Amino acid sequence: MNARAQSRFGTPELLFGLSVAVLVIVVGVPMLLIFFNAFWVDGHFNVADVITVLRHPETYKALLNSLILSVGVTITGTIVGTFFAWLVTRTDLPFKKTMKLLFLVPFMLPAFIGALAWKMLLSPRAGYINRVFMDVFGFDGPVFNIYTYAGIILVETMYLFPFVFIQVSGALERMDPTLEESARISGADLFTITRKITIPLVMPSILSGSLLIMLYSMAHFGTVAVLGVETGIYNIPTLIYEKIHQSAGSFASIRTATVLATVLVITAALILWLQNRILSKGRYQIIAGKSFRPTELKLRGLRIPLLLLCIAYIGFTIVLPTTTIFLVGGLKTYGLPFTAENMTWSNYNHILFEWDLTRGAIWNSISLGLSAALITMFAGVVISYVIVKMKVRGKGILEFLGMLPFSVPGSVIALGVILAWSGKFGINLYNTVWIILVAYIARYMAFSLKANSAALEQVHDSLVEAARASGATMAQALRDIVVPLVRPGMVAAFFLIFLPALRELTVSVLLYGPTTRTIGVAIYTLNEDGETVYSAALAGIALIIIVLGELLIKRLVSGKNGA
Amino acid sequence: MAYIELRQVTKRFGSVTAVDRLDLEIAKGECVAMLGPSGCGKTTTLRMVAGFDDLDDGEIRVGGKLLSSKRENLYLPPENRNFGMVFQAFAVWPHLSVFENVAFPLRVRKLPRAEIGARTEEALKHTNLLSAANGSPDDLSGGGKQRVALARALAIRPDVMLLDEPLSSLDPHFREEMRFEIKDLQHRFGFSILYVTHDQSEAMALSDRILVMRAGVVQQIGTPLEVYGSPENRFVFEFIGLSCFLHSGLTESGMQIAGITYPWPNSIAPPPGLLANGTGLLAARPTEINFVSEHGIRGKVLRKAYLGETIDYRIRVGDAEVRVQKTRHVPGPAVGDNCGLEFACPHWYPAD
Amino acid sequence: MANVRIEGVAKQYAGRKILSGLSLELNDGECFTLLGPSGCGKTVLLRLIAGFETPDSGSIAIGGEVVANAATGHMLPPDKRGLGVVFQDYAVWPHMNVFDNISYPLKLAGTAAKSLRERTLRAVDLVGLSGLDARLPSQLSGGQQQRVALARALVSEPRLLLLDEPLNNLDANLREEMRFEIKALQRQLGITILYVTHDQEIALAIADRIAVMDANGALRQIGVPEALYEKPADDFVFRFLGIASFLPVRRDGEALYIGGSSAKWVGQAPDIPDARLAAGFRPSDVMLARGGEGLPGIVRRASFLGAQVDYLIDIAGTLIRAALPSHECLARNLLFVEGDHCLARIASVQWFAGDILAAEKV
Repeated sequence: MNARAQSRFGTPELLFGLSVAVLVIVVGVPMLLIFFNAFWVDGHFNVADVITVLRHPETYKALLNSLILSVGVTITGTIVGTFFAWLVTRTDLPFKKTMKLLFLVPFMLPAFIGALAWKMLLSPRAGYINRVFMDVFGFDGPVFNIYTYAGIILVETMYLFPFVFIQVSGALERMDPTLEESARISGADLFTITRKITIPLVMPSILSGSLLIMLYSMAHFGTVAVLGVETGIYNIPTLIYEKIHQSAGSFASIRTATVLATVLVITAALILWLQNRILSKGRYQIIAGKSFRPTELKLRGLRIPLLLLCIAYIGFTIVLPTTTIFLVGGLKTYGLPFTAENMTWSNYNHILFEWDLTRGAIWNSISLGLSAALITMFAGVVISYVIVKMKVRGKGILEFLGMLPFSVPGSVIALGVILAWSGKFGINLYNTVWIILVAYIARYMAFSLKANSAALEQVHDSLVEAARASGATMAQALRDIVVPLVRPGMVAAFFLIFLPALRELTVSVLLYGPTTRTIGVAIYTLNEDGETVYSAALAGIALIIIVLGELLIKRLVSGKNGA
Repeated sequence: MAYIELRQVTKRFGSVTAVDRLDLEIAKGECVAMLGPSGCGKTTTLRMVAGFDDLDDGEIRVGGKLLSSKRENLYLPPENRNFGMVFQAFAVWPHLSVFENVAFPLRVRKLPRAEIGARTEEALKHTNLLSAANGSPDDLSGGGKQRVALARALAIRPDVMLLDEPLSSLDPHFREEMRFEIKDLQHRFGFSILYVTHDQSEAMALSDRILVMRAGVVQQIGTPLEVYGSPENRFVFEFIGLSCFLHSGLTESGMQIAGITYPWPNSIAPPPGLLANGTGLLAARPTEINFVSEHGIRGKVLRKAYLGETIDYRIRVGDAEVRVQKTRHVPGPAVGDNCGLEFACPHWYPAD
Repeated sequence: MANVRIEGVAKQYAGRKILSGLSLELNDGECFTLLGPSGCGKTVLLRLIAGFETPDSGSIAIGGEVVANAATGHMLPPDKRGLGVVFQDYAVWPHMNVFDNISYPLKLAGTAAKSLRERTLRAVDLVGLSGLDARLPSQLSGGQQQRVALARALVSEPRLLLLDEPLNNLDANLREEMRFEIKALQRQLGITILYVTHDQEIALAIADRIAVMDANGALRQIGVPEALYEKPADDFVFRFLGIASFLPVRRDGEALYIGGSSAKWVGQAPDIPDARLAAGFRPSDVMLARGGEGLPGIVRRASFLGAQVDYLIDIAGTLIRAALPSHECLARNLLFVEGDHCLARIASVQWFAGDILAAEKV
């Protein structure tokens, strides 16, 4: 009897308590404050005020725009993603392997940098492409105005379609080919098979990817901020930004912001819940056993044209904007034609070695990224350990709190952090770099938990028990067995957080102060201030850092797998 | 008259010949198993019969109709061959109900509604699936899913059923039951079966004839009894059932094993062809070796394992180990004892 | 001394009693097998002896030393019990090579480097992995990983070796080879082994003594393999150890009849007095003939399985299984086909009370 009583309050319980405390402070409190601010007026629950705010034209226009834009992006992104996924997995398109890799590159480009590039190309008066058509071909007006709903949807589609592409190409590749072969031998031709068998079976993956696009688009700040401001197209994140920054924190504007944030969170939660339902109910066990390849559709005459289409798409969405960014970054003044005498290295030089604003931004982003990654990595391991391996009651709370930020858009986290840490509890972090750090930790904790939980689940209990039976105490078993096996997961978590943190804009744009800009904020504000060439040059440098970082991860991850 | 004819069927993948000039005739209502280790070409052959792959040489005819021919460049696609096929991983569609799975081939053929309903129900009845008809196949066990696959193949009342290792994904104790179900269905409907498996006991239990394959080449075609009792070469002997081998020197007076000469008359007749070689390989089944006190081949008991029904011995004879299995009723030597072995039905093969 | 004494041990999970009042004694130096169906609690008992679980009541002593006592709360942690454990999934550490895996117990014990190296390499040789000590587990086959686990469990010369279904995931040939090696090692080193399994063939082949456990965690019979097989204590043990067929037999005065029919029972007389009996036997106990004396039967199914021919025979309404060596069938014209009439004589019968057939379906 005593053996059990002893463990009533021991190390497991302590760790559990600590983990809950950390997550509540970092994640729970900010969220709660937002809801309170939105719904709690003058000491009681007030819905009427909320409705008033929502009915304000500015507000409901933003809500409507969010909906229109995200639905539009979802539809186009799904079509594009599914089409290309099918092309590279089920046809005899040449160079399929290379194409597959290339279609993943848009993921690496931050969408707002892409938006910047497209602004430089297709803004109605000054955009380079439009100018070429107007000056050289004698067009009256711009061939395409990027400052429109269509423009925003187009740009977001370019950088979000990989969500669907990855899921659908994965599903099509891993699908058991005998599922389609049995349909063939049952008498169905390729068209019938695709319609009645293949598509229904990959539908869960298509839907799952679509919902991710929708979630991301609804929560996205950068593209709409860059392209929508001229014509007054606001979505929820950009309106929140406007309320917080422009109105300098007046009570009413904060209320509007929290109400908007609440709507955003509820929508996001709904989307994630839907995605969960679809995946758990609809994801069929269709993974292949034997290694026969599925039948490929012979494209015959269409082979080369479709290949050219893919190349053109990639050229259009990756090569063109990237080149533009680097070229504009090398111009002496924006608007000049790209001739040798108009080009210079001095912008890059200035940004990297002379200008405090940009150097500070680069430093901030790197140090914030590193700190956030390290802290969430370690915290994530401990909390994951409690969730996966320890037998304590109430673990569900930890899981819930940890995964909560997944469904909470960046703007909302930033807002919550503002409400929590601007003096309310005696701590004022506003306008310091620390408030951004806290926001990053809240935002990325979920990623760390996911990566570390996955790694921990691979460490079967029997591995630890074998160590115990060999004579190891629990501490020795942790040191010699668990930690080495979890290390790869921890490293993965680190990079999963470091790189996104480095390039992000949505969170830091609400939290920055005069000396606490991040790279994303610097690029954005430089553009807003009309310093287009500097903005482009910094964006170019950011792209180089990101690509180097991605390559480094791939080397490290594959290196670890090889060992 | 042969119903299914494969003549000189050949398939190459690059420089590798996966199937080498295979000839096979299957009568109506006959069940033939293609048996061999993985990579021997049996599945490739089945896929050529099904029409998923074309052939590099030879031809395939069913019911007198030419389906695949290299010479005439004819190749009828699978959807037009009217076969029933069952796959190893069941290949049952999870997004359709059990009923819809089975009705699928009928719907594709655009049969009238009433007939689709009737035939589907008939197929479900014969595979004991009527109660599960409206549910999802995912609710069923592996055996249940396999029955759905069978019902789907039966729905079109095929004359030929192609089975690709259909039982290897099932639980061992379930496999036996399914074997008999398949056999019953075959007797009832009278279709021919071409069956692929690597499990020799399954092949022997189910089929009328077995085709043993190795690296694309047919080793032997015969009834289970023939293939087990009179294997044509060492590979077939070893592949089917338990086996043990002894190298033996062969002279007019007797055979030499491990330095001892055993004269002919007492045990085994010398194989005429091999006598000239001077050496041969003596092959026997562990269950067909007896312990004798006189004139047996001398050996020493290395191991004796009590397995309940049987007792398993390992006897050292010279450098080789001979395995003997006797039922528990039969008394035998103890570990370390010297003993004499008598080979009841020996087979002789060329020593390689 | 490494005998194991288990007294009155009970364990429950989530309200369900897995083991109640179980007592068992393992003798020093014997290979003891705990045999039972999946979920019966045999693995739980192994984990209790290893120290991964604590008993709710009762006590466990190894070599005279009490390692767990529910009444006093005394619980020696697994790392102090001096055991070797081989798990079902091998539990070989993927980030350490073969040498480091096997030497880990010695490293923990603070063994001097030279001695550690010698003993580890000896263990590597012992299990037949010489020359592979620098390899990583991912570069080894399943059988080789199993041997690493075995070597690791033996390297510190434990007094007791616990094996939890270690051969399940190996193919048939390897399984045979490994069970022989385990037995040989055990005899060579003289250690006590507890082997837990649901596979009766392995149990019979490897054990000095077997304990058969039923689905409720109760021990049905303990004894040497031959005793369990030839003289089963009850029908559970009889059925579990191999394929079993039963014929219902009823007494009518002095005569014996099969089931409710008028067919007379021919063969061994029952050794229990019940009026309703069940005659139990194995497929190889059935001898068939085309004529002469015996129980009349009709062949319902005949399967040629190579070395044996497997028959399903209907005797007065009950289906029984018979297995005859195929070369004998051929030699003596005993290749029956479906529908043939035959006569069956049963060589050795285990008699049970008739009510064991109550739940049977024909």
